[in-house]
Amino acid sequence: MNLEFVGATQIVLGILARFWPVWLSLAIVLGASYFYRKKLGLYGQLFSTGVGIAGLAICFFWLFTAIFASRIATFDPLAQVAVLKNAMPGAIAPETSGGGVYLLGGDNLARDVFSRMVFGSQIVLIIAPAATLFALMVGITLGLPAGYYGGRIDALLSFLANLVLAFPVILLFYLLVTPAIVEMGIPRWMAGVFFLFPIVFFLTLFWTRFKNRPDRIWLYMGLTIVIGGWIYASLVFNADPFRILSLTPNQLNIFAAVVFASSPGVFRIVRGLTMDIKTRDYVAAAQTRGESPWYIMLWEILPNARGPLIVDACLRIGYTTILLGTLGYFGLGLAPESPDWGTAIKDASRLLRSFIHPALPPTIALMSFVLGLNLLADSLREQSMKD
Amino acid sequence: MLGFIARRLGLMVLTMFCLTLVVFFLISLEPNLKKLAISQTETRATQEQLDSWLQRNGYRQNFFVRYGQWLGLVKKQPNIDATGKAVPRFQFCDEPAVATYSGVLQGDFGCSTKFRVPVANKLFPALGATGILMFWVMVTMVPISLLIGILAGMREGSRTDRTLSVLSIATTATPEYVSGVIFAVIFASWLGWLNGSAASATMQGISFYNFTLPVLTMAIYGIGYIARMTRASMVEVMTQQYIRTARLKGLSFGTVVVKHALRNALIAPFTVIMLQFPWLLTGVVIVETMFRYQGFGYTLVEAASNNDIDLLLGCSLVSVFVVLFTQLLSDIGYAYLNPRIRVQ
Repeated sequence: MNLEFVGATQIVLGILARFWPVWLSLAIVLGASYFYRKKLGLYGQLFSTGVGIAGLAICFFWLFTAIFASRIATFDPLAQVAVLKNAMPGAIAPETSGGGVYLLGGDNLARDVFSRMVFGSQIVLIIAPAATLFALMVGITLGLPAGYYGGRIDALLSFLANLVLAFPVILLFYLLVTPAIVEMGIPRWMAGVFFLFPIVFFLTLFWTRFKNRPDRIWLYMGLTIVIGGWIYASLVFNADPFRILSLTPNQLNIFAAVVFASSPGVFRIVRGLTMDIKTRDYVAAAQTRGESPWYIMLWEILPNARGPLIVDACLRIGYTTILLGTLGYFGLGLAPESPDWGTAIKDASRLLRSFIHPALPPTIALMSFVLGLNLLADSLREQSMKD
Repeated sequence: MLGFIARRLGLMVLTMFCLTLVVFFLISLEPNLKKLAISQTETRATQEQLDSWLQRNGYRQNFFVRYGQWLGLVKKQPNIDATGKAVPRFQFCDEPAVATYSGVLQGDFGCSTKFRVPVANKLFPALGATGILMFWVMVTMVPISLLIGILAGMREGSRTDRTLSVLSIATTATPEYVSGVIFAVIFASWLGWLNGSAASATMQGISFYNFTLPVLTMAIYGIGYIARMTRASMVEVMTQQYIRTARLKGLSFGTVVVKHALRNALIAPFTVIMLQFPWLLTGVVIVETMFRYQGFGYTLVEAASNNDIDLLLGCSLVSVFVVLFTQLLSDIGYAYLNPRIRVQ
């Protein structure tokens, strides 16, 4: 059976047209931000350089792609149209299977490369930022006391952090992200410990600030426990009473492993920053006022360390994305049919000699997203150094 | 200084001990042991057969006893066959049939169940092969990245600086498995200039044809990072008073850069380059799997996917050693290069 194809112009136009919700939201968000950039602080300052705008545009592009994935994609990422196995870009699906065009061709299992790339963005954009956020919480909660108190606590925590950092990442994942480990329940146990940190962090944050304001304290603490507990229950025990959040055991495993691998890095940065900021006058002033150590750490030191931490978070999301790709590339953790970019690159690179087109969309997607994050981090660094 | 090195070496041994204990714990988990037993017996072995295999080969002993055996603090026991006679545990490794202390402390890394050779016979040739790869990566990566960094940092904010900075950011955003695919598409599939597989490098020796792509793929990811660090350090040096003095003395810009700035600007990148080694280890695993080159990374993947206990422990020992040793070297070298820093 001969396949019919659409031309190159039509492919390009078709792809541009499929992304219409993204273009629209990009125009609205970037336009509005540019208009009000003077009032938006650090975020607004990003619009003063080309690098900053480019970084923001790329990050927002993938963010909106992930949000509108089901609207943009032309096919179900798992659907197979047998005749379109390894079809070249622009192949028209036969009427019997519902019609439509495989804009970027079909892969080895006759699935639409374009739709898989679009749906892959969802997986990456959920796990990478969320894991980075948790790693940041763990790193901050442990790094602040290590840097502030020094001595024994510091020696112990630094030794543990170096222990994890001395592990080659790939060996760590080979040992941690396996079905065998999931069976043993180790990821659940690890996640149970790691996911406690954000709750503890926010409880301490509010307690140190508002402990003499009974009108506020109970509200904030209560909210933290309710929301934190809900997220904790749904992520760790997969027991969300509202069925909104859920993680499969495999995803939980990846999540815990990524948090585990990247929190020592955050710890080191926070510890270094704390040791530096500790010597400032405003910390001495707070100590003289008789503030508690945790108040000083969370309300005096942490806000003043935010610049480098934001930059690091940006870079780290990019690094986590690369890490997820590595996991996919080695076939660890994620389901084999998962549309994430790493798995797609692995599948396509096996057949590189005969078919090139399934490999390029996920590689370009991953590269551009990480590039966007790095550009963003670079211009954030530049802007925060200015003042 | 000597005390500092001694303390660091002590910490290193402690770290290695803790890490191997963790690795040992993870690979001794029941499902992992079962995986090993399945790969070592017939495919259709029953649960009892698997259990008896594990029992017979001593995998059912106490966790700490087995760890001690691996370390060389507890005697390794030979197997007892059906007739009650002592036989070596693994025929293919030439192990003695009597109980002996033979662990890492005695220089015996154990027996690889996957490759059916002693671990040392597999691990060290693989390390050699990876050493060759690393050497060529360093030879390509270091000069290029230093050059980019110095050119960019020479005149901060110039067009050269902007272009080179974006370029180096782009390379840090390209992990090995992405650049490897792209290079293979361009140079192997389209142009046909280079070989997309380095499998022949193991047998027939390396050549430009089969070795360029793996080296290029690994170098690209590191170039951007080192170049950024060099640039930052160069920018800082160029704002120093002594540079201004040299310029006001009437020296040409080129002379100032080469004679005054360069030496001071290269201290920071030295540390970064040393700290690159652990990071290259991950790259080695990806690149060697991708281009089918039988080095350390390939061995690690094989060991991990077959739960080859002794080989995996050997691999983790080697990689932890590399990570910590390069850290130590970079600290010592930094103090040596920069007399203002004194090790306490």
